Amino acid sequence: MTQLALVIDLNVCVGCQACVTSCKEWNTSGEAGPLVDLRPYDADPTGTFFNRVQTFEVGEYPNTETVHFPKSCLHCEEPPCVPVCPTGASYKREEDGIVLVDYDKCIGCKYCSWACPYGVREVDAKRKVMTKCTLCVDRIYDETLPEWDRKPACVRACPTNARLFGDVHDPDSEVSTAIRENGGYQLMPEWGTKPANHYLPRHKTRITVREDELERSDNPLRIDSKLPKPDRDEPSLDDVTSW
Amino acid sequence: MHPAFSVIFLTTLIGAGQGLFIALFLVESLGLLGMAPMQNGTFFALGILASLILLGLGLFASFFHLGRPERAWRTATKWRTSWLSREVIVLPAFMGVVFLYGLAHWLNFNPTLFTLPGDRAVLATVALGAAGTLLAVALYVSTAMIYAAVKFLQEWHSPLTVVNYTVLGAASGFTLATAYAAWSGAQLVPVLASIAIVLTLLGLGTRIASLIRNARIKPKSTLQTAIGIKHPRIVQKSQGFMGGSFNTREFFHHKSDGFVRAVKWIFLIAAFAIPTVLLAVSLLMTVDPTSVLIAAALIQYLGLIAERWFFFAQANHPQNLYYQSVS
Ligand code: SF4
Ligand code: SF4
Repeated sequence: MTQLALVIDLNVCVGCQACVTSCKEWNTSGEAGPLVDLRPYDADPTGTFFNRVQTFEVGEYPNTETVHFPKSCLHCEEPPCVPVCPTGASYKREEDGIVLVDYDKCIGCKYCSWACPYGVREVDAKRKVMTKCTLCVDRIYDETLPEWDRKPACVRACPTNARLFGDVHDPDSEVSTAIRENGGYQLMPEWGTKPANHYLPRHKTRITVREDELERSDNPLRIDSKLPKPDRDEPSLDDVTSW
Repeated sequence: MHPAFSVIFLTTLIGAGQGLFIALFLVESLGLLGMAPMQNGTFFALGILASLILLGLGLFASFFHLGRPERAWRTATKWRTSWLSREVIVLPAFMGVVFLYGLAHWLNFNPTLFTLPGDRAVLATVALGAAGTLLAVALYVSTAMIYAAVKFLQEWHSPLTVVNYTVLGAASGFTLATAYAAWSGAQLVPVLASIAIVLTLLGLGTRIASLIRNARIKPKSTLQTAIGIKHPRIVQKSQGFMGGSFNTREFFHHKSDGFVRAVKWIFLIAAFAIPTVLLAVSLLMTVDPTSVLIAAALIQYLGLIAERWFFFAQANHPQNLYYQSVS
C-alpha cells in the first residue's frame, strides 16, 4: 500500500517561507476554491494557510540554536480526525494514504480540528468548510505537467531542498532512505497517530579527536627530541629511532 | 478551547429539556403506582410543551455552530464512528417520542398496548415514556461522548464528563419540573424538590471530582515532543504569522486566569449552592413556593451556562503548543 508523505529536513530548512507562499498560491488558485484572506491590508488580518513555518529557539543564550519548523497536515496513518467526522467529509484515501476533506460534504462543524493534535486544519472563513493540506493531490497526478514537476508546490519551491516527497511505505524510495539513514522521526508519537510525514533532525558534523591522537603514534617516549639517536653507521630501527 | 455560545446553549437547553421529560414521566409512573397524586392530561401536555421548547431552542442554537447548516442532514451518515453523528440522530428521535407522549396526554388517548404477566396493563403513554427515557439517557451519553471521546483534550477524556452531563442536565430538569408543579398547583413539590436536591448535590460532588481530576492533569504532549527536539528549554519565537488564524481563535478562551477562576466560583454557587438552598426552603414554606422555585430554576440554568463555559475554557488543546508567539 502506498503512503505518500513529506519528509522535512530541519537541518537545512532556513525558514525562508517560500513553501508557505508557494502552497498558498497553488491552493488558492485551484478549482477547489480560494483560500481566503480577510482584511489583508487592515488591522487584524486573518487568513487560511495549509502550511506554516514556525521558529523555535532551543537552549539558553549564548548556547542557542534557531530551529525553523515547517508544519502542515502530517497525513497520519491512524488519523484521529477521520472517524469523528459526522458526514464522512473527512477521509483517508486507500490508494495513496492522503487525508482529504470533501468540501462539498463538509458542514463546518470543526469537530475534526479538535481531534487533530497538530493544529493543521483550518476552517476557511469564507467558504465555511474545513480545509487542510492535500499534498497537492491536484498536481502530483496531473499528466499535463512534466514528470519532474508532479510534486507538491511546497517541495518545488524549497530553495534548500529541505522537503522531500514520496512513498514512505516503499523501502527504496528517497524518503524512506532519508528516514532510515538520517534518523527521521514523527511528531507527538505519544498519541499513536502514526504521522506519515517525518522530520529529519538537525545535526552537526563533528570529528571526535582523542588526546593520544594529537601525539605521534610513532613516538613512544612522547617527546621527539628524546628519541634515541644512534650513530649513523649503527643499525637503526624504523619508527623507534629518530632517523 | 474557545467556549462557543451555540454549543453552550445547545448542551444546557437540551439537558434541561431531557431532565424535565424524565421528571414528568416519573410523575406519571408514581401516579400509576399510587405513590403520588395522578395528574390530568393538561398537566403533562403543558409540561411536555415546555420540554419541547427547550429541546427546540437547543437544536436551533446548534445550527449557529455550523459553517454550512444547510448540509446538516449529512451529519446523520457516520453514526458508526462519530458521536456527533449519533447525537444528531438521537436528538430528533427523542423529540419525536416526547412529542407523541405529550400528544397522547393532550388528547387523553391512552389505550392499553399489551398486558404484562401479572395482569399489569401497559398503557401507550407508559410505553412512550419508557422509550423516551431510554432515548433521553442515550442523548445525555452521546452529547457528553462528543467531548469525552476526544483523547487530545485530557480535561474531557474521562467518564466524569458523561456523568456530569447526565447528572447536571437531570438536576436542572427536575428543578424546572418542581417549579412547574408548584405553578400548576400539583401536590408534587415535596417529591420533585427532594429529587432535585439529591441530583443537584450529586452533581456538585461529581463536578468537584472532575475539577480535582483536571487540576492534577499532566499534559501528555510537550514542546519537546511537538517538534521532536530533546532540550529542556525550547521557546517559540514565531508561530509563522502575525495576523489571526483559525488556530489562534478556536482553541483558546482569550480571557485572563482570574476571569476563568471567577466563572468557576460563579457556577459552583449559582448551579449548586443557591438552587439547593431555594429548593430546601420551598420544602419548608407554608405559602405558595412558586416564585422561589422559578428563581431556583432560573439561577441554576444561568449557573449551568457558566459551568459549560468553564468546561470549554478549561480544556487545553495540545495544538496550542504550536501557537504561542505572534511574530
Ligand atoms: S495531521 Fe491532523 S489533520 Fe492531518 S491526518 Fe493527522 S490528525 Fe488528521
Ligand atoms: S468540519 Fe467538516 S470535515 Fe470536519 S468533522 Fe465537521 S463535517 Fe467533517
